[in-house]
Amino acid sequence: MDSFAALLPNLALGFQTAVSLQNLTYCFIGVFVGTLVGVLPGVGPLAAIAMLLPATFNLPPVGALIMLAGIYYGTQYGGSTTSILVNLPGESASVVTCLDGYQMAKNGRAGPALAIAAIGSFFAGTVGTLLIALAGPPLAEVALKFGAPEYFSLMSMGLIASAVLASGSMLKAIAMIFLGLLFGIVGTDVNSGMSRYTFGMSGLADGLSFVVVAMGLFGFAEILNNMEKGSDAAGRELLTKKIDHLYPTMRDLKVSVGPIVRGTAIGAFFGTLPGAGPTISAFSSYAMEKKMAKNPEEFGKGAIQGVAGPESANNAAAQCAFIPTLTLGIPGSGTMALMLGALTIQGIAPGPQVMTQRPDLFWGLIASMWIGNAMLVILNLPLIGLWVKILQVPYRILFPAILTFMAIGVYSVNNLDLDIYMTVFFGLMGYVFMKLKCEPAPLILAFVLGPLMEENLRRALLISRGDPTVFFTRPISAVFLGLTILLLVVMVLPAVRKKREVAFQEPPGA
Amino acid sequence: MKITSQEDFWAGIMFIAFGALAIFIASDYPYGTAARMGPGYFPTWIGIVMVILGLMIAVSGFRVQGQGIGKWPWKAMILISLAFIFFGWAIDNLGFIIALFVMVTLAAMAGRDYRWLEAGIVAIVLIIGSWALFIKALELSFPLWWWR
Repeated sequence: MDSFAALLPNLALGFQTAVSLQNLTYCFIGVFVGTLVGVLPGVGPLAAIAMLLPATFNLPPVGALIMLAGIYYGTQYGGSTTSILVNLPGESASVVTCLDGYQMAKNGRAGPALAIAAIGSFFAGTVGTLLIALAGPPLAEVALKFGAPEYFSLMSMGLIASAVLASGSMLKAIAMIFLGLLFGIVGTDVNSGMSRYTFGMSGLADGLSFVVVAMGLFGFAEILNNMEKGSDAAGRELLTKKIDHLYPTMRDLKVSVGPIVRGTAIGAFFGTLPGAGPTISAFSSYAMEKKMAKNPEEFGKGAIQGVAGPESANNAAAQCAFIPTLTLGIPGSGTMALMLGALTIQGIAPGPQVMTQRPDLFWGLIASMWIGNAMLVILNLPLIGLWVKILQVPYRILFPAILTFMAIGVYSVNNLDLDIYMTVFFGLMGYVFMKLKCEPAPLILAFVLGPLMEENLRRALLISRGDPTVFFTRPISAVFLGLTILLLVVMVLPAVRKKREVAFQEPPGA
Repeated sequence: MKITSQEDFWAGIMFIAFGALAIFIASDYPYGTAARMGPGYFPTWIGIVMVILGLMIAVSGFRVQGQGIGKWPWKAMILISLAFIFFGWAIDNLGFIIALFVMVTLAAMAGRDYRWLEAGIVAIVLIIGSWALFIKALELSFPLWWWR
């Protein structure tokens, strides 16, 4: 067990890198700004990272990545804070937290709810960090042996998993994957040098920019959606009651231990799978805790287990999503794709070789994850008052600010006006997707994987001289494809399909 | 035959349209063979699958009960898009300050209970804030005005 023996020196290197004044500052800024943005309605982790990406351009690679990771779990956590305090999930993974978290707040127990969310997240984050440190090196070693067929099959599995686990119609989610692959093709074909789908625009020669697509689909479209709903009045029942006692009682802690541990396990499992993510983990954890609880009738009325479980689950998943991203170079979600994009901008080719070539970066990032999680706990509880104040800013003032950050963020990537126009295009399209109930998350993942998939498909078929059975005759590839098909078949079974629909039904009050 | 789920029907049409467009454009690219894929190979297959999936989704629009599409917030869609497009054009031609000012005030008109004075103040605060953050602190280079 190499990775066990190497764990300590590796982590030591990581902490050495992360605990410099400079990197601690980046981590702190990331976590703080992330939470701030996460508290804002309609700005999820993806849009937040895309918006703040330009802020990291001038930083050294390690610092940039540490800050982005901080932003990532900061937004995640900011989302739970608003769920509990104002019944407004900042992003989809904290929808479940609203159910019992807001009820607890209404009963005057906002303090314990926030505290247990913080404790659960911290525990999950710690376990997640350890898992990455343990699983990373062996996985990267396996990944170095992957050939083109294996990569192609693995990516297919990730994409199908993202469709299966997306909310809403699975057929639409699969169609969105293909649309994403298509958008990924735009630009110059690496093999023939031919421009594809550029409509004669030279600005598209390098392909569509990820920031543009993400910002359009997740930032711009969300603003339009909020305008329609008029989110000033609706859904914003501000909690006027003062939050007096923060600390959970002994009984609270006792009943939360189980949910936290189980939530962490669920989150770690789903997070590691490419394509799955925090949202499905949180939903599964809630369903599980409700089944296991001695007091299921209290769920939805302010049961602390209903906060502890899902909050641990979504944080564990958020953390473990780094496993496939860092070891295989294959992002498991749109957010992770952005992190990889940031690596590329810094001049580092993502993939299993990062760990050996840039150990300081890899282990420094891992150590800073843990530090970031610790900072969240320390930072958030005293700053709750500030977050509540931000929530009182009316949306008509907030959205021009969000728009400003988006505009500057998009423009500063390439200093190209076309990027701004394309953002509008994708924003309007994203709004149409919302209207037509088409989930954009699988699209964005496919968009990133598109060029990689084509390249690996091409290579695989070149090696096999055009024989498609190569995907089934190579054992590892066959396993991935087998799992993909199994996933599809299982989901078509009526019983499972029904369960999936129930699991994704918007819970009342959310 | 009655469309019972507008969102499924139109989503299906959308996917068919994208797929057909993809196939049509890709027909200009060399297709190649499986062993030696040309630039048209992968997109053609994507287009074909999209058309098939689109058909299945559109058909389900006649069988599934949907919630309807609802109203379109035309005013917000047009104003915010225009504001954003103006920013893209103006930042290089008129400079950071005017680009932001017009974008913010134009977009603010899309909001409920719009107040012009408030929008102006928000714009000024945002300009100062983003100048301090992006240009001073992060050292991104944008021209402030139309001269350099």
